Amino acid sequence: MSTQARSAHSEDVVGYDEALTRYDPVLGLEVHVELNTATKMFCGCATGFGADPNTQVCPVCLGLPGALPVVNATAVESAIRIGLALNCQIADWCRFARKNYFYPDMPKNFQTSQYDEPIAFDGYLDVDLDDGTTFRVEIERAHMEEDTGKSTHVGGATGRIHGAEYSLVDFNRAGIPLIEIVTKPITGAGERAPEVARAYVSALRDLLKALAVSEVRMEQGNVRCDANVSLRAKAGDGATSAEQLAVPLGTRTETKNVNSLRSVERAARYEICRHAAVLDSGASILQETRHWHEDTGVTTSGRPKSDADDYRYFPEPDLVPVAPTRERVEELRATLPEPPAQRRKRLQGEWGYSDLEMRDVLNAGAVEVIEETVAAGATPAAARKWWTGDLARRANEAGTAVTDLGVTPAHIAELDGLVRDGRLNDSMARQVMEGVLAGEGTPMEVADARGLELVQDDGALEAAVDKVIEANPDVADKIRDGKVQAAGALIGQVMKEMRGQADAAKARELILAKLT
Amino acid sequence: MTTAPDLTHLTAVQMADGLASGEFTSVELTQAHLDRITALNPVLNAFLQVDIDGALATAADVDARRAAGEELPRLAGVPIAVKDIACTQGIPTTAGSRTLEGWIPPYDATIVTRLKDARMPILGKTNMDEFAMGSSTEHSAFGPTRNPWNLDRIPGGSGGGSSAAVAAFLAPLAIGSDTGGSIRQPGAVTGTVGAKPTYGGVSRYGVIALASSLDQIGPCARTVTDAALLHEVIGGHDPMDSTSIDAPVPPVVEASANRDLTGLRIGIVTELTGEGYQDGVQARFDESVQLLRDAGAEIVEVSCPHFRYAMAAYYLILPSEASSNLARYDAMRYGLRVAPEGVESPSAEQVMASSRDAGFGDEVKRRIILGTYALSSGYYDAYYGQAQKVRTLIARDFEAAFEQADVLISPTAPTTAFKIGDKLEDPMAMYLNDIATIPANLAGIPGLSLPSGVADEDGLPVGIQILAPATQDQRMYAVGAALEALLAQQWGGSGSVLDRAPEVTTGAVSEEAK
Repeated sequence: MSTQARSAHSEDVVGYDEALTRYDPVLGLEVHVELNTATKMFCGCATGFGADPNTQVCPVCLGLPGALPVVNATAVESAIRIGLALNCQIADWCRFARKNYFYPDMPKNFQTSQYDEPIAFDGYLDVDLDDGTTFRVEIERAHMEEDTGKSTHVGGATGRIHGAEYSLVDFNRAGIPLIEIVTKPITGAGERAPEVARAYVSALRDLLKALAVSEVRMEQGNVRCDANVSLRAKAGDGATSAEQLAVPLGTRTETKNVNSLRSVERAARYEICRHAAVLDSGASILQETRHWHEDTGVTTSGRPKSDADDYRYFPEPDLVPVAPTRERVEELRATLPEPPAQRRKRLQGEWGYSDLEMRDVLNAGAVEVIEETVAAGATPAAARKWWTGDLARRANEAGTAVTDLGVTPAHIAELDGLVRDGRLNDSMARQVMEGVLAGEGTPMEVADARGLELVQDDGALEAAVDKVIEANPDVADKIRDGKVQAAGALIGQVMKEMRGQADAAKARELILAKLT
Repeated sequence: MTTAPDLTHLTAVQMADGLASGEFTSVELTQAHLDRITALNPVLNAFLQVDIDGALATAADVDARRAAGEELPRLAGVPIAVKDIACTQGIPTTAGSRTLEGWIPPYDATIVTRLKDARMPILGKTNMDEFAMGSSTEHSAFGPTRNPWNLDRIPGGSGGGSSAAVAAFLAPLAIGSDTGGSIRQPGAVTGTVGAKPTYGGVSRYGVIALASSLDQIGPCARTVTDAALLHEVIGGHDPMDSTSIDAPVPPVVEASANRDLTGLRIGIVTELTGEGYQDGVQARFDESVQLLRDAGAEIVEVSCPHFRYAMAAYYLILPSEASSNLARYDAMRYGLRVAPEGVESPSAEQVMASSRDAGFGDEVKRRIILGTYALSSGYYDAYYGQAQKVRTLIARDFEAAFEQADVLISPTAPTTAFKIGDKLEDPMAMYLNDIATIPANLAGIPGLSLPSGVADEDGLPVGIQILAPATQDQRMYAVGAALEALLAQQWGGSGSVLDRAPEVTTGAVSEEAK
């Protein structure tokens, strides 16, 4: 057998819409979240990302003979807070368990995890979909465990252990606290199942970010998703949802390490299409893990996985049970932030944005920065205009986050203030922003340095207005005849006379005053 | 000045007093032990490593501090041996296994740190059954340790190196570890004292795990008071061990001054006497009971009906935990690495398998296989699950027994030291040696063994075990010390059973035993 040979062979798939005519997809998502605790799950080693390999290690996380674990109390609190935010029950008493299997990057050859006594269980997360509806994803459990070391397989074509010339293991990651969040089977999503998967991971990420328990950077592996997919036959046209739910679940595959929101949706979609082709051909789905290939958009076979995988779980005898008091759980509940979806709705109302505007803001990831900008004194409209408009475009061009452009919420508030006070018009404000982006200082400093200021001297403006009226007697007559909208042509010329440094509204006022 | 060999025959208390009064120096005392080790270890094989330089450096440091008038811990300058199961930074630590041969720990076990804080020169590391699996020290990858009483006999196990070292005056004190009797049974068969504290009473951090829920570290000594002094040095809460008890060490030294047994209720566990116990063992036990009764103790009989399942439960729980604890010895990061034969560019799994095959002895493999099986899905409930229920029942038996008695007593081991090689082919017979000691480990309660004389039929020492409720370790020291005094009175001489042991000489190993 060869992994290469298998990955080279692309499998048959059925078109997505066609697959959905015959099958009902059921998903299950397992998300591993790396907590942002200062120290590891069972020892005092640092957890910072990017340190030199094997510099954040000790006898405990290296699994040296004689070493013993001690539970990180902060990690337990984070686990409880995550559980509460997912509307879970919190165990009064639960234990860690050893999951026994051999792998070179696992120092003890068992992972200290939780088995039949998770810290949190039976919850749900409401997920907003693109069409504005909400889908409830039921949570089976959230449990605590430790990460393994990180293997790098060098040589060989696949980057996997088979065929590699040698492998390097970095144990800095070994013992980093993880929370594994497992959904119940997600049924009833129909053709929206892949979208639900993405929206769930997205909502979970927002929630974890709001809880401040993880860096939630998927590209750094802080959040890793395994997607289980199975298909079952459609109950038939006109079947009730109860009839559909009664159809037994199909065999599932588990696609490992799908590590971006987009990939979660694509991988689920691909597996649905692939399963449909296998089932259509009369074959059955092999219960196995699958690898997702971001570049080609397909999954390939990993290793067979059966329910008989025997990890010989037993309660971890080196640790005492975790038994949070009800009082402590309630104290932690009191620390929960407003749920992100609820918060978004509240902010949309407060800011007076349309659904479309709010979606733009969310897509730009600008909720927090707009909130700060409004708090700094800008109008919600100005804050949205800047952060999702010019600045978003600039960030996109530069390939950086909008918050990394060097423009602060205070800058926007100050600039908005200058516009509202009538010192700058829109085009001048954009010039000022150029200066701020170029590092020339605050909006006020840039405006001063560049001499940008609407002329407040009515004398100069009045002279310009008189000059333009005199030069355009026919237009002036039209206005005198009541065609007020013709004033626009004169305003443009007045602005030209003033080299743009005039308040157009004021010019209009003067023109109308003289001609009507 | 006292001559060197005599120094080694003092008790730890006498050594501490002699050092404090300036009668001799720690360097002299330590050197005397090192000389004796050099002379006798080739015969006994009690030590796997001797740290001459380290021990003498600590001794010299203690002497200098004492000369400078510094106030020092009670046992400062008194040398000690450490079972090779405890990690010692810079000194090879093998747990008696080929797989760790040559491994030098980068850190000290908490108990080793405490010995260093107490300024006790560490003489070296003592031999043991591989990963503490055994009752004879024959399962050491580095050859058996011999019993100083009779070199053809086993010194008990797994801590036979520590018990032999203490019995042969190679060290006044030693560290042991007791998972099912590995401190107490070696104590019994070598005529020395050994105590297993309450589970959680002494830190396990840095002590190579056999079975985490059963392992406990404790003192080996020649007197009850000496054991208590060492107990207080190593005992007490350790934040590095989650199972460590967060409470002060029970007042064991104070208790060991006790001589009063009036009104004390002492329970004989009926399940731990009679059938299966060697005549001489039973006779010495009965004698001790009489002494206790005569001294005013109230002797009661208690029954612990679930003890009959203790051995079965123990041999499910221990192998289960051990199979997991020993999984880390995979040749990936440390320890023996053996490439599989005839395989070109072997995989990591193949290297793990061949290394574990080469690194582990038969008894270790036997228990890993047993434990792996017992934890397997489909068998877990029937084996590990059932065993845990038995464990609860045994703990309840003890609770009920301790309502009737302040302490419980039994012979420590059913027989005196058997011959090297006698039980190697019969694991069950070997396991039965721990029948009286195992229940305490399953329940987490403390137990102490002290010599109760020698068996008439073979002239070998016999031990009596005293058990106390969890966290009440001082009770077993109080009763042990009182009984020790009564026996000493009866025996005369120095009061030690070791008076009757033959002097170990080089070249005394019989051809048969070789």
